[in-house]
Amino acid sequence: MSSCLDLSAVEAKAALAEKKISATELTQAYLDAAARTEALNAYTEVTAEKALAMAKASDDRIAKGEARALEGIPIGVKDLFCTKGVETTACSNILNGFKPVYESTVTQNLWDDGAVMLGKLNCDEFAMGSANETSARGPVASPWKVAGDDKSYAPGGSSGGSAASVAARSSLMATGTDTGGSIRQPAAFCGVVGIKPTYGRCSRRGIVAFASSLDQAGPICRTVEDAALMLQSMASHDPGDSTSVSEPMPDLLKGLEDGVKGLKIGIPAEYTMDGMDSAIVSLWEEGRKWLEDAGASCVEVSLPHTKYALPTYYIVAPAEASSNLARYDGVRYGARMEGNSLDEMYAATRAAGFGDEVTRRILIGTYVLSAGYYDAYYLKAQKTRRLIQQDFTSAFSGVDLLLTPATPSAAFPIGQKITDPVTMYLNDVFTVPASLAGVPAMSVPSGLAANGLPLGLQLIAPSFREDVLVRAGRAVEKAAAFSAVATGVAGGRS
Amino acid sequence: MAMSVDKSTVSRIARLARIDIGEDRLEPMAGELNGILSWIEQLNEVDTDNVEPLSSVTGHALPMREDQVTDGNIPQDVVANAPETMSGFYVVPKVVE
Repeated sequence: MSSCLDLSAVEAKAALAEKKISATELTQAYLDAAARTEALNAYTEVTAEKALAMAKASDDRIAKGEARALEGIPIGVKDLFCTKGVETTACSNILNGFKPVYESTVTQNLWDDGAVMLGKLNCDEFAMGSANETSARGPVASPWKVAGDDKSYAPGGSSGGSAASVAARSSLMATGTDTGGSIRQPAAFCGVVGIKPTYGRCSRRGIVAFASSLDQAGPICRTVEDAALMLQSMASHDPGDSTSVSEPMPDLLKGLEDGVKGLKIGIPAEYTMDGMDSAIVSLWEEGRKWLEDAGASCVEVSLPHTKYALPTYYIVAPAEASSNLARYDGVRYGARMEGNSLDEMYAATRAAGFGDEVTRRILIGTYVLSAGYYDAYYLKAQKTRRLIQQDFTSAFSGVDLLLTPATPSAAFPIGQKITDPVTMYLNDVFTVPASLAGVPAMSVPSGLAANGLPLGLQLIAPSFREDVLVRAGRAVEKAAAFSAVATGVAGGRS
Repeated sequence: MAMSVDKSTVSRIARLARIDIGEDRLEPMAGELNGILSWIEQLNEVDTDNVEPLSSVTGHALPMREDQVTDGNIPQDVVANAPETMSGFYVVPKVVE
């Protein structure tokens, strides 16, 4: 029997417009799904009352013929976005109890377009992680299972709750944030679509800051069309974020079905690594063939500084984090530990509030910014970052897009990689370069590993060309015809 | 680079970062940080002579606005999440003797 949980957001919009279903029914179905899949730990809080009130308001507007772009669409919000009156902790104990008195610009944009808030979604603490295992709210289990294997697999991170919930159909769409791959890697692990837009497209106002020169919000959805629809709503120029850009976002849905005929796609020689899953290598070749069959031409390109992107990132991101997280001092928000002096109070509060990975990154960041080491580490990384950006600029002088794998492997069991930070960091080897360059990129579910877990391909476009990005993403989606559904899905297809 | 972090360096940067690291955690933390820093040292291979550091990808100059009050008169909101307040002020441990 088909269920309303099977509908994509675009299909749900049509069903709502045709009065085949009400926003209240749709929202209730997702609230029920969230309750049925509670064991995944994707949600940190379900805001059922708020969701039903918003759905009721949507039903009223639909009845009056005043439906907006996302009217009645139930959305989950990563716990990194400030939501007025709803606890927002970035999944860190240091923000326990924090209830923002304002709404993030991105979530406000979604509500202004009629979306319904289902609740807050689990993520790595301060978005620092690639498996959702650093969360103070506990790990998230991917709804995907390996046949004959009882183990729970990581949904990826840091937007692990977002990707797991969209894959499990306990939210129809979810917000994510991506600093080095935190939308694209979990989307790939969970068999869903994720877009990291051009740096500056989505306002960072009201998003808990990790590394401000890299942080970007973006959508995690079931289809490329849904992701285009959601990104259109999330993006805006915002005077409240000094790095928000004023370039108008193209209409992403308009040319979505135009295909890739005539486009030139670069295949970067450097996007490979030792121990890469052979299924990913063949999927990448297949992806190239799909695009060629659809009328694109593919050429080899070189981005020579690719291998330096990850170490560059692990200087730049912790440096910015150490500065951003200085604000958690036990004075203005969160829990406070007692101390005999102000300094002792700070140090005790921060020791109690931050988890291991966050502490590690603050210390690395403090070290690389400290007197005597700044030039050797931070300045060196900023210079290497320039070379990485120039790699993209020169590649895009000859091609319209790049096609790469999204991740070097499929998802791994929870707990398997947390012991060694550098091994965990390698998850982001293919996603970090686009973050450092600020260019838009997306992950499209494209195939399955030998064990049946999803794999994604990544498309990367020049700055401000999200229109070309989603058009090619749609072409890959069509060719891949990815129809596998997670075993832990909340109802719907069996 | 080729610099290595020891216990006393961890203790120094932990103090700069205002995070208590227990005596028993200093040595393991030094090991963890060295693992990351030695991996980062591959950046030494990159020739960055005459390369301008990049701090912002947009290339836009930061926008300027009129220097005027655009917000305010919400002291209760500002202190709403503070662990300790008094009459609209934050309360902290005594700083001046």
